Amino acid sequence: MIVSTENGLYCPAGNFYIDPWRAVDTAIITHAHSDHARFGSNKYFCVKQSEGILRYRLGEDFSADTLEYGEVIKLGDVQVSLHPAGHILGSAQVRVERAGQVWVASGDYKREADPTCAPFEPIKCDTFITESTFGLPIYTWQSDSEVFEEVNKWWRKNAEEGKSSLILGYSLGKAQRLLKGIDSSIGPIYTHGAIEALNEIYRASGISLPETQRVPLIKATKSYAGALIVAPPAVLGSAWVKRFGTVSTAFASGWMRIRGMRRRYAVDRGFVLSDHADWPSLLRTIRETGAQKVLVTHGYSDVLVRYLREIGIDSDVMETQYQGESEESVLESQIQADSETAAGEIEAAPLNDKQSKDTQSGEDISTDQSDSSSEPIDASRTDQDENNDEFSDPLFKEDQQ
Amino acid sequence: MKRFAQLFFALDETTKTNEKKKLIHEYFQSVPPKDAAWAVYFLTGRKIRQIVPRARMVEWTMELAGISGWMFSECYDAVGDLAEVFSLLLPPSTGAIQEGLADWVENRLLPLRTESPENQKKHLVEAWMNSSEQERFVINKMITGGLRLGVSHQIVVKALAETSGLEEAAVAHRLMGEWEPTDSFFSALIHEDTGDTVASKPYPFFLSYPLESPPEKLGETHEWFAEWKWDGIRAQVIRREDQTFIWSRGEELITERFPEVTEAADCLPDGTVLDGEILAWKDAEVLPFQDLQKRITRKTVSKKLLDEAPVIFMGFDMLEFNGQDLRGEPLSERRRQLLQLLTPGALDESPSCRAQLNTVLKVSHLAGGVDWNDLAQLRTNSRLLKVEGLMLKRADSKYGVGRRKGDWWKWKIDPYSVDAVLIAAQKGSGKRASLYTDYTFGVWRDNQLVSVAKAYSGLTDAEIKQVDAFIRKNTLEKFGPVRTVKPELVFEIAFEGIQASPRHKSGVAVRFPRILRWRTDKEIADADSIERLTALLS
Repeated sequence: MIVSTENGLYCPAGNFYIDPWRAVDTAIITHAHSDHARFGSNKYFCVKQSEGILRYRLGEDFSADTLEYGEVIKLGDVQVSLHPAGHILGSAQVRVERAGQVWVASGDYKREADPTCAPFEPIKCDTFITESTFGLPIYTWQSDSEVFEEVNKWWRKNAEEGKSSLILGYSLGKAQRLLKGIDSSIGPIYTHGAIEALNEIYRASGISLPETQRVPLIKATKSYAGALIVAPPAVLGSAWVKRFGTVSTAFASGWMRIRGMRRRYAVDRGFVLSDHADWPSLLRTIRETGAQKVLVTHGYSDVLVRYLREIGIDSDVMETQYQGESEESVLESQIQADSETAAGEIEAAPLNDKQSKDTQSGEDISTDQSDSSSEPIDASRTDQDENNDEFSDPLFKEDQQ
Repeated sequence: MKRFAQLFFALDETTKTNEKKKLIHEYFQSVPPKDAAWAVYFLTGRKIRQIVPRARMVEWTMELAGISGWMFSECYDAVGDLAEVFSLLLPPSTGAIQEGLADWVENRLLPLRTESPENQKKHLVEAWMNSSEQERFVINKMITGGLRLGVSHQIVVKALAETSGLEEAAVAHRLMGEWEPTDSFFSALIHEDTGDTVASKPYPFFLSYPLESPPEKLGETHEWFAEWKWDGIRAQVIRREDQTFIWSRGEELITERFPEVTEAADCLPDGTVLDGEILAWKDAEVLPFQDLQKRITRKTVSKKLLDEAPVIFMGFDMLEFNGQDLRGEPLSERRRQLLQLLTPGALDESPSCRAQLNTVLKVSHLAGGVDWNDLAQLRTNSRLLKVEGLMLKRADSKYGVGRRKGDWWKWKIDPYSVDAVLIAAQKGSGKRASLYTDYTFGVWRDNQLVSVAKAYSGLTDAEIKQVDAFIRKNTLEKFGPVRTVKPELVFEIAFEGIQASPRHKSGVAVRFPRILRWRTDKEIADADSIERLTALLS
């Protein structure tokens, strides 16, 4: 009922696309992140709560037919409805029904309660199309309350030491979830311009957020000691950060589950906070849909497919160009970062085809069994010296003096 | 244990030296001496030998996590750190370790090694399930022998100096050599009484920095000593209480590996400590470092090897004489005494000793030269003399502790370099675990690129990301973790030396290869050929 085409996921019977990556006639948008919502299609459908964000991101002349969650419409031969995905404000799963057959495309989703958006609803279906951004068993999330306790502790300690606290998170969704979750009594809260604009849209949709101030564009001699600054990851390493004086940096992302990732971004703290499903949630969701067939899109799709087949669930990879919260997309935005303008536009910037295609295959998913026996044992590599010369004894560094 | 795990993560979260020092000092103040002793053990980079085979830990983790081998592999690939993969995959734990660091290591960890695999499993699983997530990571690092706290020796010394109120030099000296992490060790370490010289104990080595600006900026030539910089093993030769000890800079006792030096040093008077380089030396000439390498790798030395690669000790400093610490004296004075001591006939020695002393214990020559131009000229002869360049030492400098800027500079000759093509890559480790950062480079032989070097360092973070992206887009084949890539990128690789090697397709291997720069201005056709390298072999 839904197939992957060069333009995106397509439903022939309804003649519409879901999150197409090229301009098409009819597009259903699951949520407003840039890899799912592209400019240029004739007609758009989305959830009511998503429209404002899409207009902000795709331009003033954007318009869409908006649906309430659960509202059923008919497109061609199929019945279509949108259901909460719990990813960000206005995010949706797409349910498509025809002649008693039900398909659900998840878009991006998470199962943790998030006060900035409607909670995920499992929908019974025959075929479930799921994301797999964090489709490895190493990815398991702590509860939000534990994470926010850590964040508050970190902020409070910095404030006591007279430091400012810079926390990085995606400007759409993550930033607002952070703002909603933290203890705003600790100190003043500043936001990057890209985030503040979205905060306004969230507030207009009835999501209350603590009071925030936009970091002034002009670098004033003002002290940020004790303050929390929320900014997109792209500002990391840019001159913009310098104004905050003695600053402790943190990154809120599912990738922070891995120590090496935190060290790579050279932030002081990593908070494991993701808007995607962790491994247990992926499996739980797949079970709850009761689907006989599972199609896996962006992320660790090969791994999840292989695992599902092993436990007896019919599964296949479905090629898409979605990035999710991929490692590369974070990196890309970091490289481009320099000025505030650039930083603010990263997430909305359209990605060229070559780059996003590469992301699909970018994670090295080799399912070759022969690797598995040899590789973990060869962990001595973790201790290699920077100057690991092939014929020098590590005991005797070359430069003895 | 909880406190130690906290220290580990607190250190992990800061890159600031002073903050690290403060954290360590606070730790020492807050725990009993025996815990502090073990912390010093780990902080100074000492490691416990692998306690449980990694393969078993992999097996048990898979079992507890309910995953199969291929899945473990996928996870390992994403994380790049075995101890961390264990921690991430294991089911949530239910407790926290109650014991302190020392008790836990001595009573739980170390006994594991000699237990049966069944008991190892039982106890390790118990430990895993009764530790917090942070503790679990730290104990896995301990067990796999990879616990690194990311602090320099100097920071530990500074922290201990603060805790004890002692001079840094005194603390550094007490940390040298072999010791056991016990409460009495730690108490002695921070005790004010300093009359505690143990016969074998070396002094902390004084290290130099590479020269950063033209030597003229150092001032007048006559205020400086210019020594030839020999490429050997930095070592201290100690003669005390009728015993001889030789220490490497890596604080390893290497006395047995160099019997020639030991025998000669046996002739030195009691209370003598010399600093210098051990060199492979034959027919009045230094042999290539590779010959010395053969001596390093073997604990017992065969007659054949002694003939092939005899060694000498090229002294350049004297740290102790007649049991007196000379480190506070100016270099000119220390050198004068060293020359005097090793002048033939200066010691009242037996005939056998005389021969030994003169042939094996030498004093490094100063390079002449009346001004910096002269010295620069002399330095260009370095390759001919088979030295690495010059050491510039201020004539009135004291013998310091650790690496300090100002008094000792190394003025090395420029390395060799070659333009080579990136032909294969592998993911790095640690913070580079998910990036392709380990590169193999090739040069031309006829119409083929043959591998000559592997290099890890030398690129900026931004360049690393660009190269990583290139590798992902231009992979030709995968062999396990290694990808061969489309030959397209050219890099200038610097190296220190070259020798014949059957391991590389090219038949040569270069010593200390590192990336000098990414030659975006060059095409692969512009890369060097193997002939340029083999020409350097002679």
